[in-house]
Amino acid sequence: MDVIDKPIIENVSRRSFLKGLGLASGSFVLATTLPFGHIAMADTAKHNALNVFITIHANNHIDIICHRSEMGQGVRTSIPQIIADELEADWSLVNVVQGMANNAYGSQNTDGSSSIRKAFLQLRQIGASARYMLRQAAANFWQVSIDECLALNHQVSHQITGKSLSYGQLAELASMMAPPSLDTLRLKDKSEFNYIGKKLASIDLPDIINGTTTFGQDIQIPNMLIASISRCPVIGGKVKSFDASLTRKIKGVKQVVEIGLTPGAVNFHPLAGVAVLATNTFSAIKGREQLEISWDYGKNLAHQSAEYLAKRQSLVQQPGKICRDEGDIGNAFKQHVKQVNAVYTVPYLAHAPMEPPAATAMFHSDGRCELWACTQSPQRARDTVAKALGLDKDQVLVNVTLLGGAFGRKAKADYLVEAAILAKAAGQPVKVVWSREDDIQNDYYHAISAQYYQGALDDNNQVQAWLSRTSFPPIASTFKKKAQSQGKFELAGGFADIPFDVRNIRCEHIDAPAFVRIGWLRSVANIHHGFAQSSFVDELAVAAGLDAKDFWFKLLGDNKNVALNRGGFKNGNYGASAKDHPINTDRYKEVIELACQHAGWGKEVPEGEGLGLAVHRSFLSYVAVISHVKVLNNHLQVKKMYCVADAGQIVNLDRVEAQMEGAMIFGMSIALMNNISIKDGQVEQSNFHDYPMTRMAQAPEIEVTIIESDGLPGGVGEPGVPPVMASITNAVYAATGRRIRDLPLNKQFSV
Amino acid sequence: MLTIDINDQQHQVDVEADTPLLWVLRDVLHMTGTKFGCGKGLCGACTVHLNGKPVRSCSLPISAITTAKITTIEGVENNLSNASTAIAVKQAWITENVPQCGYCQSGQIMSAIALIGNNKSPNDEEINIAMSGNLCRCGTYKRIKSAIKTASNDVGEK
Ligand code: FES
Ligand code: FES
Repeated sequence: MDVIDKPIIENVSRRSFLKGLGLASGSFVLATTLPFGHIAMADTAKHNALNVFITIHANNHIDIICHRSEMGQGVRTSIPQIIADELEADWSLVNVVQGMANNAYGSQNTDGSSSIRKAFLQLRQIGASARYMLRQAAANFWQVSIDECLALNHQVSHQITGKSLSYGQLAELASMMAPPSLDTLRLKDKSEFNYIGKKLASIDLPDIINGTTTFGQDIQIPNMLIASISRCPVIGGKVKSFDASLTRKIKGVKQVVEIGLTPGAVNFHPLAGVAVLATNTFSAIKGREQLEISWDYGKNLAHQSAEYLAKRQSLVQQPGKICRDEGDIGNAFKQHVKQVNAVYTVPYLAHAPMEPPAATAMFHSDGRCELWACTQSPQRARDTVAKALGLDKDQVLVNVTLLGGAFGRKAKADYLVEAAILAKAAGQPVKVVWSREDDIQNDYYHAISAQYYQGALDDNNQVQAWLSRTSFPPIASTFKKKAQSQGKFELAGGFADIPFDVRNIRCEHIDAPAFVRIGWLRSVANIHHGFAQSSFVDELAVAAGLDAKDFWFKLLGDNKNVALNRGGFKNGNYGASAKDHPINTDRYKEVIELACQHAGWGKEVPEGEGLGLAVHRSFLSYVAVISHVKVLNNHLQVKKMYCVADAGQIVNLDRVEAQMEGAMIFGMSIALMNNISIKDGQVEQSNFHDYPMTRMAQAPEIEVTIIESDGLPGGVGEPGVPPVMASITNAVYAATGRRIRDLPLNKQFSV
Repeated sequence: MLTIDINDQQHQVDVEADTPLLWVLRDVLHMTGTKFGCGKGLCGACTVHLNGKPVRSCSLPISAITTAKITTIEGVENNLSNASTAIAVKQAWITENVPQCGYCQSGQIMSAIALIGNNKSPNDEEINIAMSGNLCRCGTYKRIKSAIKTASNDVGEK
């Protein structure tokens, strides 16, 4: 596989396809093919009309494509912000255009906190190339050297004569320039940044506050029907028979369509069920309630989450498959009798984005299928729909709406496939509307897990042995039936990638079969691993009689870069090299130190209150959280949270702070309340009354600090979550002496 | 046919009497600023004003409101009784850069306008009570609270 590492930048201003886009002639249009794709993609890009990234119009306005999905992280602001900075564009003249599914954009899959950290350099190169070409155009026009032409704030000026031309005036001339070689292209120095690292307001803000945004649920197409689908409550089950005679009597109901079971792994296939199509959502819902369905539940009817978890809890106390082994753990445990061990559990979790999934599909008369959806992964959605309907990929068009939250749920394309299948069956456009109940009960769940930790301390309270075991159904089970073994990327998510200065380390994992659809939820395996790891360090500190902060520093050892691959474990490091993104103990300590300073770590707190510290590196960023809790009459209140993050070079300070604020609340919901339980293969929860989320009255004060860092950009959307849970349970221990190892906390406290 | 008053305009709608206002707004009138989050009165995404009071439109059958005045996010700034509060709240939302994904925000804004319309300077406890019916999965509570305080100062000064 040939991987290209530089964007291919093309001047396409003169291409005939632009006429079809309604662009006035005289516009300067740069197209690009971003890396992280194959060479083959670059070829298709040449023939593709829409891989335009920047368009500079004669009237000075600039369109910049956002090829990633907006789900609240601010990417529709931060991507254009990077390009506009290198381009020296006036931000008030920038218009953001949402990119459709197109391989030329490289991966559009908006997950893994990857949009900025993987494309930062390339996006800068695109902006800088355009700026260079505008300068070259001006130089040619004035017949002077390009070195005398300065591009600043949307215009190019000649430094000797003082003449200047605006970008709009230069657009037509620039459209005749060749892009510069990327090897000689000069990027801005950090000190020259106008927008990168600054707080720019989200570009969608005006529409959001006026209610004029379009989310997936908001799509309206003439002659569209709305579908509400009753899906088999047990995974792998199907419809035995159904009676829709009462349904058909409901005013507005037009059609009833059965959706069959797709054999094999669950993948992004639609679940088996019966769809009711009506002229409005309420009729569809009412019609669905009147369906009489007899289900063939299949084998997964036997799944009981309580028993399953109990079994995992016992299995992790026995040896598993070794994935990292350093020193001689057996001998170390024999030598050092001062030991601590603990088992931690986290239940299944649902994504529950505020906007339940929704997708709209229609067929054009030429057979092409066009979709509008709140999807994190338009390319994969396009390919999945094409396969399900037996179409070519280029017969499927996927438009990306705003996403009302996603957290990983909307990377799965099942709801787009449902819409396409139903639009085909109905012979008219169909919007599939998931209800909250559908969302909670038919999700791709975060895996239920148990972990065992055992540590031994020597006489100096140095950790001499560290044994950890984890067991949870892997994400691979979604794509491969019967897959039971956890993937490398899951084990590298806060488990086998630990940076500790311990001579004897062993990490083991234990197979776990899947009985529901398993998905990736904001920060993925770091959720349970982060909880267990920071809890266990706290337990060791208590056993050592040391302050948790001091103990963390001792455990991290000297300031150094820790080798990525240790004890036979190959750490994928979120796709980054050790050179670009080493595991650095100094950066861990810096976030801990600052969080402790802000929280007044070590200060006296009133009876019944306590502070808890947790720290975690994930998606190449380091985050420390200290929670301050109060427990009174068994009521647990999180009073304040201090979060310090080192995410390397950041693009939009305000949105990074917002992501951390949100991650505190997200992690708090997991710690305090989130719990999906399964009885007879069926999810027991259904809506926000029994799958509660943090509400305003529970929300703590939050103080976020983003470290000004020279590191390359790390992830932002996810890394705030993993330390939250243990910061709260450690604080509960400090406040009450009660060590909580099984989430959520509302099993023990009122919250 | 039922007649309803939305943002000072009369609309004739041909739906069953038990249809919740939310679906009339979204599917019939194509006013999609009011959002669907739970359908059970649990999340507040669908909050509108009924004679100036915040209500959950997902749980309000259309037959119950034929004599009422409904205000939605699209019209709240033009509604004479609370226009100045609405403008102040939206301005505060911009100042604090409150939204993340934005999905819950029309509901949050409608609840906040009703709160301040009723109580010019709410304290933390009053904000908690008035706003706890509005979930924000993105976790923007800190900024919502600041924005409400900013807006109430603005309204208070006038
Ligand atoms: S949709 Fe009405 S309260 Fe949630
Ligand atoms: S801003 Fe996303 S749910 Fe509130």
